[in-house]
Amino acid sequence: MRYAFIQELTKLAAKNKNIILLTADLGFTVFEEFAKKFPKQFFNVGIAEPNMIGIASGLALSGKIVFAYSIASFASFRTYEHIRNDVCLHKAPVIIVGSGAGLSYADNGPTHLATQDLALMRGLPNMTVLAPADPVEAQWATREAARLKSPVYLRLGKKGEPVIYDKTPKLKIGQGNWIKRGSNFVILACGNIVFNALKSAENLEKKGLSGAVISLHTVKPIDKKLIVQLAKNYSHIVTVEEHSVVGGLGSAVSEIIAQIPAKKPEFLISGIKDDFPKKLGSQEYLRKIYGLTPEKLSLRIAKFLKKS
Amino acid sequence: MKNLTFFQKKAKELRKEILTMAFKSQRHHISSSLSIIDVLVVLYWGVLKISPQDHWNLKRDRFILSKGHAASALYAVLADRGFFPKKYLESYGKEGTILGIHPDYGYLAGIELSTGSLGHGLSAGCGMALAAKLDSLNSRVFVLLSDGECDIGTVWEAVLFANQQKLDNLVAVVDYNKFQAFGKVKDVIDLEPFVKKWKAFGWEVREVNGHNFKQLLQATKSVPLKKGKPTVIIAHTVAGKGVSFLENKLEWHYLNLTKEQYKRAISELDNL
Ligand SMILES: Cc1ncc(C[n+]2csc(CCOP(=O)(O)OP(=O)(O)O)c2C)c(N)n1
Repeated sequence: MRYAFIQELTKLAAKNKNIILLTADLGFTVFEEFAKKFPKQFFNVGIAEPNMIGIASGLALSGKIVFAYSIASFASFRTYEHIRNDVCLHKAPVIIVGSGAGLSYADNGPTHLATQDLALMRGLPNMTVLAPADPVEAQWATREAARLKSPVYLRLGKKGEPVIYDKTPKLKIGQGNWIKRGSNFVILACGNIVFNALKSAENLEKKGLSGAVISLHTVKPIDKKLIVQLAKNYSHIVTVEEHSVVGGLGSAVSEIIAQIPAKKPEFLISGIKDDFPKKLGSQEYLRKIYGLTPEKLSLRIAKFLKKS
Repeated sequence: MKNLTFFQKKAKELRKEILTMAFKSQRHHISSSLSIIDVLVVLYWGVLKISPQDHWNLKRDRFILSKGHAASALYAVLADRGFFPKKYLESYGKEGTILGIHPDYGYLAGIELSTGSLGHGLSAGCGMALAAKLDSLNSRVFVLLSDGECDIGTVWEAVLFANQQKLDNLVAVVDYNKFQAFGKVKDVIDLEPFVKKWKAFGWEVREVNGHNFKQLLQATKSVPLKKGKPTVIIAHTVAGKGVSFLENKLEWHYLNLTKEQYKRAISELDNL
């Protein structure tokens, strides 16, 4: 997704001199070309993420559209008050780009896990939160973020995420995108785990359980209309995110479902339990521990459908 | 007192250990670990009052690896110093390990702070040093920072605080290898005049060659350099030190060793 992001940004920057990319000392093998091509649109602020957000807001309040890049954990946690005050309070067109969503940096340990960033960013007024599912969505999200002219958190995976779409879908900010149709249940997923959600639905299809899969790439503003409609049409709703079960996509969806007056669907939130991992390993390893592989997701959803 | 040959030998062994861990796990940050190993050997075998058998003793000296991305060096040292079995090192970077790419508090004896996000160590170090003062303990706190880390605001907030509270039991060691993650320090955020900055903030400064055991021992053994003042030791180092083809190259922050490179590195150290 990083490469999809920088490819799109390179196109945008060529057309618009007001687009600026800031990095907090990251981007090895990703930003070299951009830096060379656009020396007046690229600045490495050093390892100084809060300062980067402040600089970004100043630039943005002076007419620039600023992409501020770091690893998602540093881009979101360390910078939070600067994002809240300098960016959101001023509705400044700053796009905070967090790469390494969720468990991407699993082997690097708890300090590098971006597993509470959606919760934080979703809590901010004026913020748009985008969590693209694959390189195709990432490219689209980069383009849209630059057009919005308001604060955006863009949550990217790392590299080598599988492509979900064989042809470019029609995507719109704030509207979930149907990836697969199905009648027994519906999965709402976001970000780098959508692929696994889709695989789990395909597994279950083979067992006669037909599930729909929707990419909720816009975590904020959440697609309320769609969720209300799904709650009417489906008896079972599942959310899947590579993020804590506290405050992320599952919370966003349940906030809406909880307020529906009519009979409510059965609801399952799958994500990362509210804890720091005790053992480390690859992203795949931690996905297994947290039940986020296609196999574990299928099992859990099948059980959920049976029980309720 | 251990002689210089001891330190040289120990550092060479541990360099090999670091390379073996990096190769077997196919994990990076090799240059960052090689850059600090001489400092660690001096601290762990020459300076720190710590004991693996009594590692929670409140009177112990503390060591914080604020540049947590060089954890492999710390693991190699702690295992060799007897804080945990050497065979743990084989699990470094592997599935289900407790030896992450960055060190984690609470799982292994001798790890005083979870680091990995840069810019946390010196603040926590201030807290530990202050607690020692409040409790009338003689323990000292050593914090190893990277040069890139000195871009960070909280580092300088801690620097101000330590001066204000006269934390002369606090020692910062800066691994000044002149490289950070996306370029050379002087091209990204130049720190010079570095010594003057620390001095202006009220710290007592000593500059050393971070691979010279004599200089390192002299500086670290005599802290506080001045009563009532926190100490900083600016260690001029070489990223990737000890293996010619790993030295002074940005990419060795990121790359993994091939088998051929691993063998070449080990034989270079063996022939030293
Ligand atoms: C707060 C924070 N931002 C970014 C990073 C990612 N990162 C890891 S190492 C590093 C910089 C490496 O340079 P330096 O700190 O000087 O250490 P050296 O390579 O010299 O050991 C960066 C930016 C981080 N670990 N923490």
